[in-house]
Amino acid sequence: MFDGYTMSELGSIFAMQGFAGLILFSVFVLMALGLAIIFGQMGVINMAHGEFMILGAYVTYLCSNLFSTYLPGLFDIYFFIAMVLSFIAAGALGMLVEWSLIRHLYKRPLDTLLATWGLSLILQQLYRSIFGAREVGVSLPDWLMGSYPLTETIEVPINGIFVMVLTVLITTAVYFLIFRSGWGRQVRAVTQNRIMSGAVGINTERVDRLTFGIGCGIAGIAGSAFTMIGSTGPTAGQLYIVDTFLVVVFGGAQSLFGTIASAFAISQSQSAMEFFLSGSMAKVLTLLTVVGILMLRPQGLFSLKIRR
Amino acid sequence: MSINPSENLARPGRSPRWRRTMASVLLAAASTVAVAGPPTAEVNTTGLAVTDDTVTIGILHSVTGTMAISETGSVQAEKLAIKQINDMGGILGRKIEYIQEDGASDWPTFAEKAKKLLVNDKVASVMGCWTSASRKAVLPVFEQYNGMLYYPTFYEGLEQSPNVIYTGQEATQQIIAGIDWVVKEKGAKTFFLLGSDYIWPRTSNKIARKHIEKLGLKVVGEEYYPLGHTQFNSVINKIRLKKPDVIYAIVVGGSNVAFYKQLKAAGIDLTKEKPLLLTISVTEDEIRGIGGENIEGAYAAMKYFQSLGNDNNQAFVKAFKEMWGDDIVIGDVTQAAYLGPWLWKAAVEKAGSFDIDKVRAASPGIELTTAPEGYVRVHENHHLWSKTRIGRAKADGQYEVVYETADLMEPDPFPAGYQ
Amino acid sequence: MSTTFLNRFGSRADYIGIAVLMTLIVVVLPLTVDIFRLNLIGKYLTYAFVAIGLVLCWGYGGILSLGQGVFFGLGGYCMAMFLKLEASTPEATKIQSTPGIPDFMDWNQLTELPWFWEPFHSFGFTLIAIILIPTLFAFVIGLAMFKRRVGGVYFAIITQAIAAIMTILIIGQQGYTGGVNGITDLRTLLGWDIRTDEAKYVLYFVNAALLLLVIQLSLFVRHSKLGRIMVAMRDKEDRIRFSGYSVANFKIFIFCFAAAVSAIGGAMFTLQVGFMSPSFVGIVPSIEMVIFAAVGGRLSILGAVYGALLVNFAKTSFSEAFPELWLFAMGALFIGVVLAFPNGLAGLYATHVVPFIRSFSARRGGLFDRSVTFGGRVEEGGAK
Repeated sequence: MFDGYTMSELGSIFAMQGFAGLILFSVFVLMALGLAIIFGQMGVINMAHGEFMILGAYVTYLCSNLFSTYLPGLFDIYFFIAMVLSFIAAGALGMLVEWSLIRHLYKRPLDTLLATWGLSLILQQLYRSIFGAREVGVSLPDWLMGSYPLTETIEVPINGIFVMVLTVLITTAVYFLIFRSGWGRQVRAVTQNRIMSGAVGINTERVDRLTFGIGCGIAGIAGSAFTMIGSTGPTAGQLYIVDTFLVVVFGGAQSLFGTIASAFAISQSQSAMEFFLSGSMAKVLTLLTVVGILMLRPQGLFSLKIRR
Repeated sequence: MSINPSENLARPGRSPRWRRTMASVLLAAASTVAVAGPPTAEVNTTGLAVTDDTVTIGILHSVTGTMAISETGSVQAEKLAIKQINDMGGILGRKIEYIQEDGASDWPTFAEKAKKLLVNDKVASVMGCWTSASRKAVLPVFEQYNGMLYYPTFYEGLEQSPNVIYTGQEATQQIIAGIDWVVKEKGAKTFFLLGSDYIWPRTSNKIARKHIEKLGLKVVGEEYYPLGHTQFNSVINKIRLKKPDVIYAIVVGGSNVAFYKQLKAAGIDLTKEKPLLLTISVTEDEIRGIGGENIEGAYAAMKYFQSLGNDNNQAFVKAFKEMWGDDIVIGDVTQAAYLGPWLWKAAVEKAGSFDIDKVRAASPGIELTTAPEGYVRVHENHHLWSKTRIGRAKADGQYEVVYETADLMEPDPFPAGYQ
Repeated sequence: MSTTFLNRFGSRADYIGIAVLMTLIVVVLPLTVDIFRLNLIGKYLTYAFVAIGLVLCWGYGGILSLGQGVFFGLGGYCMAMFLKLEASTPEATKIQSTPGIPDFMDWNQLTELPWFWEPFHSFGFTLIAIILIPTLFAFVIGLAMFKRRVGGVYFAIITQAIAAIMTILIIGQQGYTGGVNGITDLRTLLGWDIRTDEAKYVLYFVNAALLLLVIQLSLFVRHSKLGRIMVAMRDKEDRIRFSGYSVANFKIFIFCFAAAVSAIGGAMFTLQVGFMSPSFVGIVPSIEMVIFAAVGGRLSILGAVYGALLVNFAKTSFSEAFPELWLFAMGALFIGVVLAFPNGLAGLYATHVVPFIRSFSARRGGLFDRSVTFGGRVEEGGAK
């Protein structure tokens, strides 16, 4: 397994793979945060999560076209505007979906799975009808491309750093929203006891809608960020959905901290294994390990004790 | 869903230019009405869907699902060829009509629809399929009901069916010429093989490895990732550590986009050719998704590039854009799909009949001098003799052709010594 | 006439329902559609096996599995392995470098048959394996999960991950499994050509007979004491546990039963379609199979059959008529069923058709009576 590598090479392998793992970690966290809010806090199984991400990616694509045609001078910073718009677009669609679909299903969590699966089919076909079946290329400002050499063998991709910084920012924002804001208090109250929350005067419907909207909005930002590293096509969202759910469930659905910890564990083990095994086997082993641990510890790594 | 040719022609655009084309179509149609073909009973003894002035064929591709991305171009090319053939008066005095079915990126659906086309609709031939899996699924259907399939994709070989004409290249045609070229022109000594995890990349890399080792050179790594994989940082690190002269990449679908973006982000500038990247899976179609700036400098080995300078191709690109819009790009498979109806037409005319058995007997030796890729000829083994070219990807998403084989490459689906 | 006419195998209404369904499948359809369409219907009916399994474990047991495709696939692959070995005689494969092994193995440089393929030379073993392998696999999963009280959403997501793992494994190990192409070009079963029209008719009726058997067995399970405990367990798991029953064992049983039933469907699928590929194992087909059960009515065994027929029929005709729009229709169907008709076709039948018949029959002396529904009791079903 370690054959043919010198010590210094092994050193840089671990450094580089560690970094690759960190990027994967950021990607997982970005994917999973939105879902952790929706699934963990609200108990809604949103199978269309990937499609909300792709909505963000398409918004970014539209922005990149718009800016390169009409405002080439501002092209360097279009990405930030695109991310804000992605958040708004995905969030708005999320709230619409909550209002028209999800709110009728809060008592039947498994049914949300089926309904949102239907929704994901519709969204996919919608994207295909609007943007065509082919993948679209999102052009990025130059400063986001390329890499920063640390040593001779270790280079750090700039968009990787960008994704990491973004992840930290969004995670912090979510933390403050949920644990430090009045709205967050309401969300947690509704999660723990919907009826009591209603009784003490919380507008539970409004809280639900906002929560779902914000979860979807974060998915939109994630999709926007993924245009830097992945593909943007009608069915690209489906690539993420299983990984995302596993991250959330593995971490313990109700715990945001658990989501982050599980994203870290899964990403680091996967990228380490990828280096020494083949890519396919690494994926299988990672999934198997996660499933195995979940069988031993079904509530996930970290679970909150809540009274149901 | 039978579509009258004139109806379907009205679809692509409603521009004034379109009206002009329409008018010319009508003129052409009027001028050919007088030329009646031979009687139906003579040219169709097996009950195919041939009438006195029409012949029906099938188009079987995915327009939904994950493969729709790739197959759209093939459908467009086939419709263009059909339209052009009809403009010229059709085949044996008969206009081509087509029935389009959706394989929905789902292999059993392909088999089901193939059966419908052959059994219910009695089509005279089918242009269709893209992935090997879909072809494998329909193959028994075509053999059982004796249909004729024109299959456009470059693929792994190891197959030779009397009921299929393979208009794309089989693996050895693409691989051997490509590797010989990088070895000779670029002095490559070490190779890193990379692919999506399924049969085509694995078989192709196997042939590549045998060929590389035969030349006395070295493969320093071989890696496969699941279809749809989006994280390539680990393999990029491996590549950086092994320092191969050539990355030989057969990544497909959405993974492609992730791979090239991450390669560029990791600081591997393909234009510096250290390492050089040679692919057989990225056509102009894929570059649209990847983004020209991310793949600039990579080399591709295939038989057709949109930028080919010959007159046939100029006319083809112009006609294609007229029909489907100016911003369209044409890749290798799209061109191969375009050959399908023309090869079938030539075979039918040579046979003087639509009967499948006669068309099959007439097929070997059929030549097309008007092919956009230049000259092609059908081999005894139902594959095409064709040249292989090397293109260098440019930032605008097109390939610049830097080399083409002097002779036609012989198709060899069961290469001795490579298995 | 007694008001609760139940025997061990189902109520009178069940029998009437079965009679109607079987008349449709065995008499009406073969007489009205050609063999091509009939073969398609036969294919849809193999999905009905999975849907019936889902009605039992999801509708009655409250266990939603999103990995039923795995069991369907395992059953199908077992059958496909046998057929492939039969098709790969040394004469038929003499152009290969190693004649006598399946073609895809030869392409992947295998020079001898892998050990786990060897037993599939025997038809008897294959028949046993079709049932036993998926059941054992389900048993292992069930044992690990239910003993630790994994349930509801978690179980759904874990089974989904298992489906993903299986797909990656099958595609990755292509030398042993045929990879993404699957196992194709199957020709004969014990020397009998399964591709002829005549064979398709025979297979269709064999399929219908097996379906009848499975429906009977399922009704038996449902009407047994075990079935009633299942329902009680779904609605109040703790109370059953405190009453001294082993909840996990019941769940394991029903999950294994569903797996075995799905596997039979898979094997019949292979026989009728002529190949098996990983595209039936993954997440998407598994969820679609849940939809069949949901459309039919998650509490109705017969409804599951109608659900599988209806959705697939809609899929085929939509995709023929509007190839670019059928996903919209499918999506709308999913949402519509969940929002408006949570008990599916059976629910519609129970709330609209039955009262009508009852008012009609009340005047005519009562053919149907109070307990007559298709099992489609209108209630909050499924998860807690």
